[in-house]
Amino acid sequence: MMSGPLSESPAADMRIDKFQFVSLIETLDIPATKISVRARIPDDHSIFEGHFPGHPLMPGVLLTELMAQTCGFLLLSLNGFARMPFLAALKEVKLREFVRPGSELVCSAERAHDGSGYAVLNASVRLRESQKRICDGTLMFRIVPFPNNELRQHMGDRAHEVGLCISGDGVHLLEKAAT
Amino acid sequence: MTEGDYMSSTFDTVAGFISEICDIPQERIKPDSHVTEDLEVDSLDFLDAVFNIEQKFGISIPLDDWTQQVNDGAVKGSRYFVLENFCAEVDKLRASAESVAAS
Repeated sequence: MMSGPLSESPAADMRIDKFQFVSLIETLDIPATKISVRARIPDDHSIFEGHFPGHPLMPGVLLTELMAQTCGFLLLSLNGFARMPFLAALKEVKLREFVRPGSELVCSAERAHDGSGYAVLNASVRLRESQKRICDGTLMFRIVPFPNNELRQHMGDRAHEVGLCISGDGVHLLEKAAT
Repeated sequence: MTEGDYMSSTFDTVAGFISEICDIPQERIKPDSHVTEDLEVDSLDFLDAVFNIEQKFGISIPLDDWTQQVNDGAVKGSRYFVLENFCAEVDKLRASAESVAAS
């Protein structure tokens, strides 16, 4: 298993407006088909004006999206960024705790089933400091050829931003690539 | 167990999953039913059924390859997606998985 170079540094805030929820990939274990990422909820954001006035909470659908994006980075890493996973179904998602602005999270995912053109993964989110479990679920993805080069390029750029290096011999965390 | 021995239990299992996932009465599901044309199962529900079937029998169904063959015009959709043909393919995969496990 590989650990990232910035594990003890503060994670950057997730970029909700750009729908980028993963701040940093912390561990990637290709043989075990597991990943963990860090994600920090901004201290302030316009979504908290509506969700909810006087009681700001991270919406459960966005925590679910964090699990989906974490699963997505794992599936992309497993296939060498050759095919794009699209979320197809949510199974048994449970939102266990309220999550406040400024919370730092760790999201973990593991592939539970590798199908032909699809995969099923288990994912969970915890508070980074206390390890308290926030939410978990089982997610199904269709895995298809990239619909165009623009998306392929974007995903490659995002991979680099969150600490991945895509090379001829596979996908690594940047620390691994640098050694 | 031979392929012939599998067929009845395979069909019952497959029909059970399709019935449950797609909310189709099991008596409507026949061996000569086409998954999409007769039963109107959409692709996501079918994927869910395939997932359950793979889990149940410990097999990997090459759905991408089958779909590609159909899309390329190499075979008709009925070759894989009429249930008796689908179940026959599942039986082959089960027999293959058992022979690998036994070796």
